[in-house]
Amino acid sequence: MSQAYTFLEDTAIADMAFEATGDTPAELFQAAGQALFEGMADTRRIRPKVQKEIRLQHEQIDQLLYDWLSELIYLKDAERLLFREFSVQLKQNGEWSLSSTVRGEPIDPKRHGLRADAKAVTYHQFEVVRTETGGWKARVVVDI
Amino acid sequence: MQINKVKDNLWEIPTTEKEGMRVPARIYASDKLLKEMDAGVFEQVTNVACLPGIQKYALCMPDGHWGYGFPIGGVAAFSTKDGVISPGGIGFDINCGMRLIRTDLKLADVKPRLRDLLNVLFNKVPAGVGAKGFVKIDKKELSEVMTRGVDWCIRKGYGWALDRDRVEGGGCLPGGDPSKVSAHAIERGIGQIGTLGSGNHYLEIQVASQENIYDEKLARAIGIFGQDQVVVMVHCGSRGFGHQIGTDYLRVFDTAMKKYGITVKDRQLACAPFRSPEGQAYYGAMVCAANMAFANRQVITHRIREAFSQVFNEDAERLGLETIYDVAHNVAKIETYDIDGKPTELLVHRKGSTRCFGPGRSEVPTLYRDWGQPVIVGGSMETGSYVCLGTQTAEAETFGSTMHGSGRTMSRHAAKRMIRGSDLQRRMEQHGILVKAVSMSGLAEEAGTAYKDISEVVDTMDSIGVSKKVVQLKPIANIKG
Repeated sequence: MSQAYTFLEDTAIADMAFEATGDTPAELFQAAGQALFEGMADTRRIRPKVQKEIRLQHEQIDQLLYDWLSELIYLKDAERLLFREFSVQLKQNGEWSLSSTVRGEPIDPKRHGLRADAKAVTYHQFEVVRTETGGWKARVVVDI
Repeated sequence: MQINKVKDNLWEIPTTEKEGMRVPARIYASDKLLKEMDAGVFEQVTNVACLPGIQKYALCMPDGHWGYGFPIGGVAAFSTKDGVISPGGIGFDINCGMRLIRTDLKLADVKPRLRDLLNVLFNKVPAGVGAKGFVKIDKKELSEVMTRGVDWCIRKGYGWALDRDRVEGGGCLPGGDPSKVSAHAIERGIGQIGTLGSGNHYLEIQVASQENIYDEKLARAIGIFGQDQVVVMVHCGSRGFGHQIGTDYLRVFDTAMKKYGITVKDRQLACAPFRSPEGQAYYGAMVCAANMAFANRQVITHRIREAFSQVFNEDAERLGLETIYDVAHNVAKIETYDIDGKPTELLVHRKGSTRCFGPGRSEVPTLYRDWGQPVIVGGSMETGSYVCLGTQTAEAETFGSTMHGSGRTMSRHAAKRMIRGSDLQRRMEQHGILVKAVSMSGLAEEAGTAYKDISEVVDTMDSIGVSKKVVQLKPIANIKG
C-alpha cells in the first residue's frame, strides 16, 4: 500500500492545500483524511479512543471526497473530535458508496499540538484524478 | 492584462480584456500596492465582472489579494431584481468582522496589570480549534440568536442597551430564516458563541496615543481622547455555524447554476438568481449567520467587560468600556443607491471589505450621523490598526465600501519558514506587545511581515476621499487562536 500526502506550500495564500495519493480510491480518501487532521494538529498525539461511522453516496468521486472531508470538519466542531485513523471502503455500483470508520479523541489543546482550524473544503483547484500509473490523486484546498 | 490609470490610486481594467465582462473592473491601490498585488486579484476581479446583474464596476480594495472566487477585498453590487447572490462573494466566514471597545483607562493604568489582564481574557474568551463558549443554549434559543442577533444578547444580560446602536445594522439584520439552516450548521455552531476561532482572528489590547490621532474632533466624536488611552479590538466571525452554511450552499449553488443556465469562470463563483428559491434560501441562512456573528462579538464584549472589571476591581461602566462600533467585512446586504438617476435596490457583496457610509445616511446611527460611519481596520499583530470614517464619496464611487485590513502578501507556509512562533512571541515582547496564543505555529503564520503595509492601504483610501483616517491604534497585548 502506497498512500501519502504532501502539503502544497504556496497554492492558497491564506490557507492550507494538500495533494493526496493512493493506489485505490479508498487509500486516497484515507490519505486525504490524514492530511486534513495533520493540518489541524499533531496527529501522532491523537489517540484512537472514539469511533465514528460515516456513510455517504454520490455519483461523482470528487464530490464524494468533498462531502466526506466536509463531514469530518463538521464532526470536529459538532463533537469536538480530532481523528487519526481512517478506514474507508468504497464501491462503485452506478454511483459511489462510501462506508468509513474514523477513530480519534476529544480535542485537548494541552496535548494535541493544535495548528490551524479548518473552516471548509473549497472547490478551488479541487480535483480527483487517475494517475499515469493507475493510482489516484486528489488536490484539496481548505479554508482556515 | 491591460490596467489603465483612472486617477491617482484608482485603476481600471476595461471590458475588452476578458470575454464576458459586463462591467469594467476597478482596483483601488497606490502604485506600490498595485505592483505588489498578486495576479490572482486581476483574474478574479475580472471574473466577478462577468456575473449576471452586476452594476457599474467589479471593485477591489487596496488590501486585495487572491481569495476563493472573489478576491479578498472584493466588492460587487447586483440588482435585486435580476442579479445574483454568490456565497463566494461573502466568504465561508459569514460576517467576519471587527468590534472596537473604548475604555477610560490609560496605558499607565493598564501596564502594571497587563499580564494578569491577558491571562484573564485568555480564559474568558476561548480560542483555537474546538474551543467551547460559556453560553449554553438549546436549538430553540439558537433560532432566536439567528433572527435577533445582539438583541438576544442584551435580553440575556450579555450587553448594554447602548451596544445595539453601535453595531452595523443594529446587530440584527432582517430576513434571517432559521428553516434554511441545516442541522449540521446548528450542531457546529451551538457551542461556539463567545469563541474567537483561529487563523487571523484575534483579541487585542491597543493604545490610542496623541501623536497617532489625525483628526482630534472626529476622534472625540467616536470616544477616543488619545493620551495613551486603552482600547480593545476583536476580530472574529460566525465560527463553524457560518462555515457550514457556506459549505452547504456552495454545493446547492454548484447544482443550481445548471438549472438557471448560469456559467461562471471559477467553480468558487457559484451563484444563483437572488429571487430564485435557492438564492432566497441562502440569503435567509446567511442573515442567520450574520446575526450569530454579531451575537458572538457581543458575548465576547461581555466577557471583556467582565475581565476588566475583575482585574481592575471596578464596574465596566465606570471603566468606560463602551462599544465604539462593530462592522461586518464578509457579508451581502440590501442597500439603495442612485443608478442612472433612480434610487435602486442592490445586493452589495463585500468580502474583505467594510461598509463606509458617509454623514447623513439613515443607516448610520444618530450618534455618528453627522460624522460618518466608523470603519474599523484591523492590522497585523505587529503593525497596528486604524479607525476611519465613511464619506459620501464612498457612496458615489464604491457602493459605500472601503478596505478591511492590511491583506496578506505571504502564504502561511512562507511565513512559518521565515520565523518560529516562539521567536515571534519574543520579538513582539521586546517591542512591548504581550502575546498569548493557542497555537505557536498559527502565531508564526500571522507575523507582521506576512502582511501589506496597513498605513499604505489606509492612506490610499484616505487620499482618494473614500474613508477618512481618524486614529491609528498600536497593540500592547494580543490573544490568538
